[in-house]
Amino acid sequence: MQNTIKPILDVKSLAKNFGGLRALNDVDMHILPKEIVALIGPNGAGKTTFFNCVTGIYVPTEGEVWAGREGQELKKINGIAPHYITSFGLARTFQNIRLFSTMTVLENVMVGRHIRTNAGIVNAIIRDKKSRIEEQETVDRAYALLQEVGLEKHWNDEACNLPYGAQRRLEIARALATDPFLLFLDEPAAGMNPHETVELKELVLRLRDKFNLSILLIEHDMGMVMSLSDRIYVMEYGTRIAYGTPDEIRHDPQVIRAYLGEEENA
Amino acid sequence: MDWQYFLEILFSGFTRGSIYALIALGYTMVYGIIELINFAHGEIYMIGAFTAFIVAGILGTMGFPASAILIIAALVAILWCVAYGYTLEKVAYKPLRGQSRLAPLISAIGMSIFLQNYVQLAQTAEFLRFPIRMPRLEFLDVFGGILRSTDFVILVTSAVIMTALSLFIRYTKLGKAMRATAQNRKMAMLLGIDADKIISLTFIVGSGLAALGGTLIATHTMQVGFGIGFMAGMKAFTAAVLGGIGSIPGAMLGGLVLGIAESLTTGYFSGDYEDVLAFALLALILIFRPSGLLGKAKVQKV
Amino acid sequence: MFLTPKRIVRSVLISIWFMILVFPIMGIKIVRRVPEYYLDKVLAVGIAIFFLSLLWAWYFEVYKEQGANKGFFSKIGEKFSSITNKIAEEEGTQKKISFAILLFFLALPLFSSMYQTTIFSLAFLYVMLALGLNIVVGIAGQLVLGYAAFYAIGAYSYALINQYFGFGFWICLPIAGFLTVIAGLLLAFPILRLRGDYLAIVTLGFGEIVRLLLINWSSLTRGSQGISNIPRPSFFGIDLTPVQTTMYIYYLCLLAAMITIIIVARLKNSRVGLALQALREDEIASEAMGIDLRKTKLAAFALGSCWAGVAGVLFAARNSYINPTSFTFMDSAMILSMVVLGGMGSIVGVTLAALVLSIMPEYLRAFSEYRMLIFGLLMVAMMIFRPQGIIPPAKRKYHPTALENADKK
Repeated sequence: MQNTIKPILDVKSLAKNFGGLRALNDVDMHILPKEIVALIGPNGAGKTTFFNCVTGIYVPTEGEVWAGREGQELKKINGIAPHYITSFGLARTFQNIRLFSTMTVLENVMVGRHIRTNAGIVNAIIRDKKSRIEEQETVDRAYALLQEVGLEKHWNDEACNLPYGAQRRLEIARALATDPFLLFLDEPAAGMNPHETVELKELVLRLRDKFNLSILLIEHDMGMVMSLSDRIYVMEYGTRIAYGTPDEIRHDPQVIRAYLGEEENA
Repeated sequence: MDWQYFLEILFSGFTRGSIYALIALGYTMVYGIIELINFAHGEIYMIGAFTAFIVAGILGTMGFPASAILIIAALVAILWCVAYGYTLEKVAYKPLRGQSRLAPLISAIGMSIFLQNYVQLAQTAEFLRFPIRMPRLEFLDVFGGILRSTDFVILVTSAVIMTALSLFIRYTKLGKAMRATAQNRKMAMLLGIDADKIISLTFIVGSGLAALGGTLIATHTMQVGFGIGFMAGMKAFTAAVLGGIGSIPGAMLGGLVLGIAESLTTGYFSGDYEDVLAFALLALILIFRPSGLLGKAKVQKV
Repeated sequence: MFLTPKRIVRSVLISIWFMILVFPIMGIKIVRRVPEYYLDKVLAVGIAIFFLSLLWAWYFEVYKEQGANKGFFSKIGEKFSSITNKIAEEEGTQKKISFAILLFFLALPLFSSMYQTTIFSLAFLYVMLALGLNIVVGIAGQLVLGYAAFYAIGAYSYALINQYFGFGFWICLPIAGFLTVIAGLLLAFPILRLRGDYLAIVTLGFGEIVRLLLINWSSLTRGSQGISNIPRPSFFGIDLTPVQTTMYIYYLCLLAAMITIIIVARLKNSRVGLALQALREDEIASEAMGIDLRKTKLAAFALGSCWAGVAGVLFAARNSYINPTSFTFMDSAMILSMVVLGGMGSIVGVTLAALVLSIMPEYLRAFSEYRMLIFGLLMVAMMIFRPQGIIPPAKRKYHPTALENADKK
């Protein structure tokens, strides 16, 4: 690992309690620019809780989250409202798809442009030239992102009518519309067939290169995780039990016991 | 300090509170299971009062003793309201299961408006005088008029009914099934509990309690009208929220607290703002402690 | 074969069940301590329920199961949907129709009686109210049940400012609008965190508190007596005859309704409107997309309450008398049913529903008595059979440049 490159995300001993339950315990993580990092672990290990703490949906009980674009100073972002964190440059998708279901595919992505545009109530009423131009730009940008994830044919359909895999890709396009430097994908391949999973893998790699992204993904599809990730973090019972390259993880005795071993028994 | 006056107010608060609690139980049970504010619940209470009024009116001309009339009126009111509650759920809520949260709520509001106007059009827009007076219980004379016989009957009846309900929920098979469904409907269904049946049962029990409350209040205030359900329903809902919505002991506690608070305000300040107090209390609890006195806070799942 | 013996028996049983159900309330009336029986009414209900239950069974067991393209009724339904969709989607048709309607309304006072003119001016106020509520409920998805309170605040602001300070209509209009927005924000601030059903009940409570204050704070508001002698709006200082005043108010209300339609439509189709719709669909996802929930909800309440305030001022000026009975929960519910019936979020639908529902009771006296009964039933029926409303919101047309260019090639 190259320590000379500064990370864009640095999570320091993050913890989260729900009442008496400790869902996250002393989790550290860092992500480097353009890195693809996977977060794996058995169900209930606290992966999604970790996502929610970093993206601001939950306020962490202890610990710090620092983030910043490549080449800029990191800022502390824990405890800040989710919409600030998004505007700061962290975007996410959801494990159980949360699209704006009765809005069109294009509109879903346009909502993602909200924080990067300015037209207010007065502009909406008078429809001045500047806000009309801004709106057209939003439309074009959203359409371009749909082309990027291969949904341009469906641009005017209602989001809820899309097939499952397409909905997941729409969530990615919507997240990309917020101009992030760090993208969180929560089980992007869940419910996809092998063919779609391969396509998704290629999509993730392409998006990383094109938009200069770092990506953190939670995923259960081990094939995808092993072939896609630069590094892997493994969690169990809210604690980080291992991290390293896919090769290191594959041979880590702790991981084999906690994760792969469990799969063998199942 | 005038103790006699204070006790009178306290008891009248208990009386009101018991009625609120009886209605609040229906709200809280339904909310516990299908997460719906059953707006029409107050109307069921009103229909209970009206049915009791009609039965008492018929029997009153036949010369039955007052206590027998009241018991029969209450039983008929309960029977009919149970039917109303059951039908209400089947017609207005069941077809909407699985839709957005807004849909059943709007349907409930529609039902509430419908039932109010249905009774107004079928009966009258005016207040009617309840024909039968509660027989005087002479052993209460020792209290020197602090506790009227209607107060006594309301307190005792609701205490008995609420104890019975608690025991039912706690120990019977159906009660356990209800609790299981309230905690996790999917899991309960996997374990072979018929969720539809449990939901119907909830409406049936809630409506029966509301009807009893309606009959009791009619004997207490001696009048019925098509509009009494709205305010009573709102207050009972406040009581349910105060106690922690979804919690059965909470509804009872909330009802009593609200009843006493209202009585004290009316007795020592002014009756003008009695209703404002209830609404303000409701807003304050929802904003600052939405889990109520006995409810549990929920973590929003993402 | 739909009408199997089993279904008919079932429907008969259901109708008997309902006859038993309505028997005490509809069948018996105690008049001066003597019970009177109205079994004919109960029988009528039974017959009606028999047919309704068949219709219900047909809808759920045939129409929904076999899809929309079979049978006679479904064809009618389809035809209807295609017409409404056409109106909702085609800009050309829409423009023609709106132009015709506008012409009709402009000419209306010239050939109708004063009575009709006043009825229609009230209908325009309902258009404003329904569209205002449509912003909050239909577009932003926040169920507000005390909307009449804002209407009341607008009306009383004008009446009281006029009584105590002597300001006229045109000065009070912006002040009252402003005060209503403040009231909307004051209500919205504490309840930002509340979810749908809790929000509904707190706003209902707010509506009742406002009404009770109006009744009980009689030193300021004259309680249930109400305030009379509220002046009509001035017309460049010229004195108008009663007929002219009526027409003047009619045109003012028409103008206000038109402005409302245009502004609400533009708001809906804007960046802010998109954010409001996102809020309706999923709050957590909106937040994750960078939408500030607090700000957006406050905007929804401010935008929604402002129309009620303006409509309230116009209402006070139109009637020159107001009292708390115009601002009850039933009024809030009526405005809500206009939004629900017209189609939540739909500008055309809500406008139409507001016009029809406010005018119909005035012309059909029989209907007027059953108005709230029918509104209540309609709200339930709409949720079950057509939750998107009579005329669902129009899909907005966007023109991605990339696509347009591809078409040209």
